[in-house]
Amino acid sequence: MSGSTIIFYLLAAMILVSAIASVTTRQIFRSAIFLLFTLVGFAGIYFWLDYQFVAAVQIVVYVGGIVVLIIFSIFLTQSSGEKLPAPLTRRTVFAALASLMGLVMVIDLLWRHNFVPSSSKKVELPTVSNIGEQMLGIEKHGYALPFEVVSILLLAAMVGCIVIAMRAKNETT
Amino acid sequence: MTEPGLYHLLTISTIVFFAGIFGFFTRRNLITMLMSIELVLNSVNLNFIAFNKYLFPGKLEGLFFTVFIIAIAAAEAAVAIAIIINLYRTHQSINVEVAEEMKG
Repeated sequence: MSGSTIIFYLLAAMILVSAIASVTTRQIFRSAIFLLFTLVGFAGIYFWLDYQFVAAVQIVVYVGGIVVLIIFSIFLTQSSGEKLPAPLTRRTVFAALASLMGLVMVIDLLWRHNFVPSSSKKVELPTVSNIGEQMLGIEKHGYALPFEVVSILLLAAMVGCIVIAMRAKNETT
Repeated sequence: MTEPGLYHLLTISTIVFFAGIFGFFTRRNLITMLMSIELVLNSVNLNFIAFNKYLFPGKLEGLFFTVFIIAIAAAEAAVAIAIIINLYRTHQSINVEVAEEMKG
């Protein structure tokens, strides 16, 4: 067993344990920290696959952005150290049943399916220059239009956040 | 302990996906529900990257989908947290039962 295999299984164990802990723990702050470990584990898997650009984006946006935002909103809305109320037993049982059945079905299908790799022998490495040329390309396989659409979406989200925050201020005064 | 490949990556992403679904069903707190959604989105990203790496190494399409999903997830999380904090200001609670009053 090579070192790379050991690293893969360590990352996989970290992702799975912290993902399941994140949805079952009763303390909301711990839940956020377990989510952080899951996201770091995903970034590690991307590094393991040699997709350094995606791993960097994952760390910058998810770990540096979304988790910090979630932790701030926990501080703003929850009294710390307080446990979440336990969910109804009936709801837990049915949710566990539904997700376990879906899990078994998908994994069974997955391991019986034979994936056929593309026959093309060309290998395009995910280097930053390849990614940049294709993302801003306006030829046949360029992604310039989706790039611009996403930038408009981000602008709209930013304006939306400001509007949502402003309206409450006007109501209170 | 076999050599890890496409099937192992897809198994990881399936388990994380259904952990997110389970959290979404059981949690009643809006922030924890948002965290479950983030888990689901991340598992989808891993799927795209795994297919790109093992089935279509000559293309970069899966990578672009992943990058765009990350951007959209960031926008979604920012708007959701703005709404959650606004809800907390008016109702002093962020349970989904309270959010019913937002209707209409």
